[in-house]
Amino acid sequence: MGRYTLRRLLQLIPVILGTTFLIHFLVWNLPGDPFAGRCGERPCNPAYIERMTELYNLNDPLIIQYGKYLLNLLQGNFGEDFRGVPVAETMAEVWPNTVKLAVVALSIEIIIGIGAGVLTGLKRGGFLDNLVMISTLFLMSLPVFVIGYLLQLTLGLQLGIIRPTVSPEMPWSELIVPGFVLASLQVAFTARLTRASIAENMRADYVRTAVAKGLPRRRVVGVHLLRNSLIPAVTFLGTEVGALMAGAIVTEGIFNINGVGQTIYRGIITHDATAVVPMVTVLVLVYLLATLLVDLLYAVLDPRIRYE
Amino acid sequence: MTEMISTQSRPAGEAGRNYSGSLLEVDNLLVEFHTRQGVAKAVNGVTYSVDAGETLAVLGESGSGKSVTAQTIMGILDMPPGRITGGEIRFRGVDLLKLPEAERRKIRGAGISMIFQDALSALNPVFPVGWQIGEMFRVHRGTSRAEAKKKAIELMDKVRIPAAKQRVNDYPHQFSGGMRQRIMIAMAIALDPEILIADEPTTALDVTVQAQIMELLAELQRESNMGLILITHDLGVVADVADKIAVMYGGRIVEHASVHELYANPAHPYAKGLLESIPRVDQKGQELYAIKGTPPNLLRMPSGCAFHPRCPYRRDNCVTDVPPLYEVDGSRRSACHYWREVLDGTAG
Ligand SMILES: Nc1ncnc2c1ncn2[C@@H]1O[C@H](COP(=O)(O)OP(=O)(O)O)[C@@H](O)[C@H]1O
Ligand SMILES: [Mg+2]
Repeated sequence: MGRYTLRRLLQLIPVILGTTFLIHFLVWNLPGDPFAGRCGERPCNPAYIERMTELYNLNDPLIIQYGKYLLNLLQGNFGEDFRGVPVAETMAEVWPNTVKLAVVALSIEIIIGIGAGVLTGLKRGGFLDNLVMISTLFLMSLPVFVIGYLLQLTLGLQLGIIRPTVSPEMPWSELIVPGFVLASLQVAFTARLTRASIAENMRADYVRTAVAKGLPRRRVVGVHLLRNSLIPAVTFLGTEVGALMAGAIVTEGIFNINGVGQTIYRGIITHDATAVVPMVTVLVLVYLLATLLVDLLYAVLDPRIRYE
Repeated sequence: MTEMISTQSRPAGEAGRNYSGSLLEVDNLLVEFHTRQGVAKAVNGVTYSVDAGETLAVLGESGSGKSVTAQTIMGILDMPPGRITGGEIRFRGVDLLKLPEAERRKIRGAGISMIFQDALSALNPVFPVGWQIGEMFRVHRGTSRAEAKKKAIELMDKVRIPAAKQRVNDYPHQFSGGMRQRIMIAMAIALDPEILIADEPTTALDVTVQAQIMELLAELQRESNMGLILITHDLGVVADVADKIAVMYGGRIVEHASVHELYANPAHPYAKGLLESIPRVDQKGQELYAIKGTPPNLLRMPSGCAFHPRCPYRRDNCVTDVPPLYEVDGSRRSACHYWREVLDGTAG
């Protein structure tokens, strides 16, 4: 497994190179002047353009430009945005917020998704099962922003149960509803996946054996059945980290959370690529590492899987 | 009344300690499955018993209700769709079917345990085999992890798994079919049960391995004097180890006899058919006899004797009258109106 992990880590290098190059190319070298409309009504100050051009080596051929940019990144020099704020500073400010939101979302996904899946899988056709099946259908068919605005409107503005937007200090309690919105789609998928997996494995021979061994039902379900039924859900959680990050753009927007999604979004609509490239690069890295982590976890959960 | 309450509140292990009947008695058991197509009567009044040190072979085609009977004894029947509609299962005189689940659970694995046909699917794929064996001690006896593991290694040694100490942390898929069945056996005998039910324990294995497993079971039984219920559809497998045989057909026992009696002279046409369909050395090259027709449809059981559509001894009343279990002699029984003719060998 050690060698496998090492190989997977080495594979990250070309992927990172490829993605950063692509992103760099897309934001700096698409047709059109990157400075158009940057400085209000008037064209930009030549001194400013010159400074940015030099900072990002915009006069060099594309490949050199990219090489120099990458070298800067490696040295921890993330450049600065069009307002002159160092990108590293922005990153340090927004990443913790998004991570906090993602942790809440992932916890909700695991607790509610797997919990509901286990309960309904054990007893299909009951009231709880119908409730979960219908509500997950809702969650899956409604776009995230609809769910977000709906909850903000009802819980926040009409009922006043939550603050409509999250305060800048990002207290955990205020993140529950945004976290749920962000996780909504995945909660639904996880619940249904776990439900199907529990229902299928419940009939498995080894579960019958566990009962025949005289184990209490709690142990049959909680140890023997659950451990096997979690495998598909865990695989799913990993691949969904990417979707979670994409969903963050919308959720952060609705609840006014100063996070990665918001920053990237702002960067894109204001044509300020400076922050977008490093942010997305880190996103890609997070996604790849999460996938690797899940693959390794998969092997831990299911000993029949061996990575060579 | 007082008597009943005291029996129920005591652990089943104590209750009926001095019971004079057989160790395990299945008495007129009825089990149905409610399915979309209708009610399948899988077990229709099965009665059999096993004593300590005794081996009962339960023989019959696939679908004859052998496993369902065993699952009902163990209390691992799928309910629903299964439903127990009658009968008793007495373990040392105590009816297991009336026992509360908490009491019942303590008997599973400790008093009565079971091994299954397919050890690969019957063992949990994600836990080491030693862990699964040791779980018996941890759960039933509260043994510590380390101690349970030591016991697991001892048991793996006992069922002759080579290098048990090195393999205790391996997973089921890392063993061969025969070794996996040995692990199942180790788990089943961990707590020295009084009854071991083996449901087609060798059906999934190679012929040479089959013999080794049967030998192991017989040896373990001799050592611990447990009662063994050996379920099989293959008469050849049990001939050497069984004391008595119950032949099942369509959820009923059609013949009950000692192995010796049944081999020498079956008293039911179905048992006779089964005997004749065993390959024999002296008949090499000859075409094997096979019982004509198909097993009965449990949703629409034939009228009268369930075997009549396939029976060479059939007469008119076989179509209308359900045969009782006639007493042939001693403990020998046959559910055939014409068992005398079957014994004589004159086909009707
Ligand atoms: N879980 C179940 N659901 C529905 N029917 C079942 C189930 N288990 C067994 N049966 C029915 O009971 C009959 C007897 O099954 P079984 O005891 O497994 O036969 P065998 O003698 O081969 O062990 C089968 O033909 C089947 O129709
Ligand atoms: Mg069977």
